[in-house]
Amino acid sequence: MAFDADTPGPPHALELKRVVKSFGPVVALRSGSLTLDRGSIHALIGENGAGKSTLVKIIAGLYRRDAGDLLLEGESVDFTSTAQSKAAGIAVIYQEPTLFPDLSVTENIFMGRQPTNRFGRIDRKAMRTEAVEIFGRLGVALDPDRVTEGLSIADQQIIEIAKAISLDARVLIMDEPTAALSGVEVERLFAVARSLRDEGRALLFISHRFDEVFALCDTVTVMRDGSYVETTPIAETTVDELVRQMVGRDVTEMFPKQPAAIGDVVLQVEGLTRTGVFRDISFTLRRGEIVGLAGLVGAGRSEVARAVFGVDTYESGRVVLDGAVLRKGDPRAATARGIALVPEDRRKQGLVLDDGVARNITLTIRSKLARWGLIWNRLENEAARVWASRLEVKTAALDAEAGTLSGGNQQKVVLGKWLATEPIVLIVDEPTRGIDVGTKAEVHRLLSELAQQGIAILMISSELPEVLGMADRVLVMREGRLTAELPRAEATPEAVMFAATAPAEAAA
Amino acid sequence: MSATLTPVQPGTSGASRIVRRIATARETGIAVALVLVIVAATASNPTFLFSSDGFRDLLLTPSLLLLVAVGQAFVIITRSVDLSVGSVVGLTAYLTGRLFIDIPGIPIIVVFAAGVLLGGLLGAVNGVLVAWAKVPALVITLGTMYIYRGINVAWTGSDRINASDLPRDFRGLGTEHLLGIPILTIIALVVLIAAAWYLRNIRGGRELYAIGSDPDAAHLYGLRVSRRIITAFVVSGALAGLAGVLYAARYGTVSSAAGFGWELQAIGAAVIGGVAISGGVGTVWGAAIGAFLLLTINRALPILGIDDFWQRAVVGVLILGSIVLDRLLAVRQHRRLIAQREVDR
Repeated sequence: MAFDADTPGPPHALELKRVVKSFGPVVALRSGSLTLDRGSIHALIGENGAGKSTLVKIIAGLYRRDAGDLLLEGESVDFTSTAQSKAAGIAVIYQEPTLFPDLSVTENIFMGRQPTNRFGRIDRKAMRTEAVEIFGRLGVALDPDRVTEGLSIADQQIIEIAKAISLDARVLIMDEPTAALSGVEVERLFAVARSLRDEGRALLFISHRFDEVFALCDTVTVMRDGSYVETTPIAETTVDELVRQMVGRDVTEMFPKQPAAIGDVVLQVEGLTRTGVFRDISFTLRRGEIVGLAGLVGAGRSEVARAVFGVDTYESGRVVLDGAVLRKGDPRAATARGIALVPEDRRKQGLVLDDGVARNITLTIRSKLARWGLIWNRLENEAARVWASRLEVKTAALDAEAGTLSGGNQQKVVLGKWLATEPIVLIVDEPTRGIDVGTKAEVHRLLSELAQQGIAILMISSELPEVLGMADRVLVMREGRLTAELPRAEATPEAVMFAATAPAEAAA
Repeated sequence: MSATLTPVQPGTSGASRIVRRIATARETGIAVALVLVIVAATASNPTFLFSSDGFRDLLLTPSLLLLVAVGQAFVIITRSVDLSVGSVVGLTAYLTGRLFIDIPGIPIIVVFAAGVLLGGLLGAVNGVLVAWAKVPALVITLGTMYIYRGINVAWTGSDRINASDLPRDFRGLGTEHLLGIPILTIIALVVLIAAAWYLRNIRGGRELYAIGSDPDAAHLYGLRVSRRIITAFVVSGALAGLAGVLYAARYGTVSSAAGFGWELQAIGAAVIGGVAISGGVGTVWGAAIGAFLLLTINRALPILGIDDFWQRAVVGVLILGSIVLDRLLAVRQHRRLIAQREVDR
């Protein structure tokens, strides 16, 4: 509404108009618009993949926009490096603080801009005094001389904020700063944010937590699918309204799952706990069933999957497969008993990029293929050909390097690799991330067919439409806990979003 | 523990702070080791230290390696490595001889400048390749190590520089001393102090540590990462060039094998001195003491009656020992910092 009106009077602190950014064929930001004003805290919300982080990186000068306007104090700017945006008075605090672990707290604040005397010698005393003064203003007791290694995320964020203050930043952007903070730490951060606002700075606050957005912010902008949706003063909106704007589309028809006969329970997870990562996770999987595991990035979904498969260990709880307990921390045993895990990052965790397609597919069944300890190319290719054709992997040759395939075909190779083990439980983590729309549908059809053949599938996905379209049942995690279990009929976008974001008391 | 636990306390007594810092510094440990080696060797054979030759050798031989090790420390601190320095020493040493032979009467200072310049240039080639090709420095400098040595061999052939080819004044630099301290050592110390000062007090120096500590963060901070990495390689090359000139002055004889294997000794010296191979940690003081320890042990072991085979093994043990020690210290510090965080809650 307000963003494209040519408002008279003083210019906005920062203004983005219809900014576009693509990476190859993938459009990360279709039309991003945002207006920040001095003395105000602005919230930016949206689902994972809505384009928030891309928008921030364009402001920071990490990415260059393909089209659209970026105005700072009414002046058009075009940052080509983080140094330029910083010099212009823009400070960004990323989700993961980026500090130098081997250097002192003080040095981390001033790196690259240390106060110097006439001869270029760093004035350590002045530097330390200023650090102490900033910490005093923020009301925190941090030793300015200690190294930053080992500091909590909260303290690291305080250093990032101190950095922004020492820069005298006019615009301060915080990308999910509270994701890893405890209640007290969040309060401290909010107090700091408010005092910065009262000094007349413009703040942008990205968060998934509605309670925080309503407690801290003055205005809120919603993004969806890389586009601007709406900007509203916080007093004039509600959680329900924001959720509707974030989801806002007809989703259930996109990925039809074919009905499959749902059989007996094959996998039982009971009270799985790993301190600081996930707590008391219990669920079951049945034959022929696809269970969606939804939640925000960082909610602990992948970690649960890794623990079930045995890549990571856990402190308490157990995993029961086909009536017998599964040894923990032993992925080889899990594979032998019929669990397969298609990991989140297929390039790093799923494929040997420099190896051929055939070799990748047969990676899980090497000992089965071997004759007298040797693996013949012919056998390898025969086994691989079966899966490559069943999954319709589009590749020039079976010995083409896996790294040269498109994302969708790479994913099919990883799937083929695990299907070759003839699993009874298949865990897929973000199966369609970074895959073009056509191949996406193919992957979905494939998963649906596998379920029809009686395989139990646990599908982790951050894409709500995918979860709602594919899953017979939806589990939702928030901050390491299961917060909801919804049958297909009750799994509406609003219900899932609420369970993924609402404070624990409300959802329990 | 109490040192870091106490929060902001500006009034902590300066003297006790300095004493504590020296007592706990990583460099102190190997300085003590160096003294022990010297004491042991001298006890076994007093001429090791208490003869004019013994004392001179003690300082003279490590001074050249010190220069190369200081340059190497610059590069390692940025999380790279420079394998070409030995070849640079060889090339510049031969260049030195050639200049004196081909241009009779050339001023010594010009020869020094030429050596440092050539070294810096060869270092710049490394730096540019590492910064822009995005290939690990290990591979790049392995390549240039062979290329530089190849150029050296092609240029020298079976020729060699002899002491008689060099002017008397220049040769004097390698043998004379001031107040009992060899000129070479004085030059090395001046370079060491300047390098240490730069790394500690100048923005560019601090940024080398930042880049080595976390390259991605350095990029996000807006530091000029490529430029700094190139600078580190130029320094490394230039110091190797200086060492090459001084090599000619010290030994008089330069064949195409001059400086062979020095790169590994320089890396060894830096690592023994506490410069972390993973970047971001260490000082040139450590690298310098490391260079002294490495070469002094080599001289001391025969005196202590240890046979040739074991001398090499001892150097290896020293390097592995330092790495294990650094790892243990890092793990301990990490645990302590985590524990402290829990207490602060």
